[in-house]
Amino acid sequence: MIDYEKLLCSRIKELKPSGIRRFFSVAAEMEDCISLGVGEPDFVTPWRIRDAGIRSLDSGKTWYTANAGLAVLREEICEYLNRRFGLHYEFDETFVTVGGSEGIDLCMRVLLEPGDEVILPTPSFVAYDACAHMCGAKVVPIATKAENSFRLTAGELKAAITPKTKLLVFPFPCNPTGAVMRRAHLEEIAKVLSGTDIIVLSDEIYAELTYGGERHVSIASISEDMRARTVIVNGFSKAYAMTGWRLGYLCGPRALIDQMLKLHQYALMCAPTMAQYGAITALRECDDSVEAMATEYNMRRRLIVDGFNRLGLSCFEPEGAFYSFPCIKSTGMKSLEFCEKLLESQRVALVPGDAFGASGEGFVRASYSYSVSHIAEALRRVGEFLKELKG
Amino acid sequence: MEMLLKLLSEDARLSLEQLASLTGLSETEVAERMDELEKEGVIAGYQAVVNWERAGLEKVQSIIEVRISPKRDFGFDEFADTVARFPEVENVYLMSGGYDISITIHGASFRDIAMFVAKRLSPMESVLSTATHFVLRTYKERGIILNEKPEDERSLASL
Repeated sequence: MIDYEKLLCSRIKELKPSGIRRFFSVAAEMEDCISLGVGEPDFVTPWRIRDAGIRSLDSGKTWYTANAGLAVLREEICEYLNRRFGLHYEFDETFVTVGGSEGIDLCMRVLLEPGDEVILPTPSFVAYDACAHMCGAKVVPIATKAENSFRLTAGELKAAITPKTKLLVFPFPCNPTGAVMRRAHLEEIAKVLSGTDIIVLSDEIYAELTYGGERHVSIASISEDMRARTVIVNGFSKAYAMTGWRLGYLCGPRALIDQMLKLHQYALMCAPTMAQYGAITALRECDDSVEAMATEYNMRRRLIVDGFNRLGLSCFEPEGAFYSFPCIKSTGMKSLEFCEKLLESQRVALVPGDAFGASGEGFVRASYSYSVSHIAEALRRVGEFLKELKG
Repeated sequence: MEMLLKLLSEDARLSLEQLASLTGLSETEVAERMDELEKEGVIAGYQAVVNWERAGLEKVQSIIEVRISPKRDFGFDEFADTVARFPEVENVYLMSGGYDISITIHGASFRDIAMFVAKRLSPMESVLSTATHFVLRTYKERGIILNEKPEDERSLASL
């Protein structure tokens, strides 16, 4: 008998499986359960993109591409980042990954040594903590606060920096809070980082989904100094409703990009060819689809935020991504308890806020990547639940 | 397009409260604007999209192509206006191409529709010819796919 437990890498064994898996397997078994739990667009990929993928298959483009991805696609990525966000990257400062998630993993692996510290604003996407852990790095969480609109403040950052700090994860627009860092806030952060050797992993996967005021501003566009210390993770999943195509990209200084590309080459060879052809069309022809989807999200955002606030669950106004993050402390319950009871009583599945870090306790994440009627029905059921609680 | 019109054309049953949230206007503003749109005839009515097959009602629908010869005092508009007044007529369009007027009509039976064409439409002086096409099955009505419940294939949650 092989004792697998003995063989397994301890760092991997220590990784905590997602605590809400059980919760959602219960929900999945329930009939008539409606969820606001997903983290992906409800839209189908725009047809022009699908068509480009199909055409690539029809014309027999079924081989590996270059490790870094199709040259045309890399050029289009640079063109796109310049057009939409005023970012200047050369062809060889970017490469195509299998989703944004691969980018996060690669960036951490080329930088982090055991004992290095990674500053992580929370609540945030669950992969950062896990990837840092797999490198043996120490995660230093910063709890962003509702009263600061869940932004990272310069003061909080300054207080978290030690001589061991190697990386700052910068997850804005933020899943799950919907927080956005505007230009003035970025300039404050840039001041703190100036003169340090800290690299910024800027996860900009939701860059196309910001609402009200200025478009997304990348921290890499703030100054030459910031550009030199930033690795941008981005991709096609959220902006173009292409989650299943698994396609993202990384941008950054050559010295880092070259190392990440080396890892990518050994681990994955290249991103899916068909998806890369679809992505070329996305970047060339689909600005209008991106905007149409963003407009739709914006409407739903107002519906869900107003809805929660009316129900007495105070909800910070998210300015990006497609999540609302209402506070449930007024019910006197913990996040998981609230979600479990809501599921049991009204068959609505929300994600407990503490799934995104301890600082998410007292909140729940409700995605508005759903139709208006679905959101309206979910809100109605939450209202019923709250009435029940009051008795 | 005005957001309010887009929303109402997709779902006329949204409440004032919901419309206000969705558009970012106040409830009073939405109510006033809807009033205006109704008065101006921009919003001509609110109707349910009924799947008659599912309702168990054997309704017969047909599309009638009509060629007419307009007369001095009885042109396309006058003809269309007259036809539009028949209650069984649902849509009347002036068309480009091989015929002039397209009429959609609902009846309880094939006979109803045949009678309409024979007794009411054909005898009209300006009618040159008619071609009646019966609808065999409705797949999509006013933007809504019938006989298919949309399923969310996404997993219940992703983080």
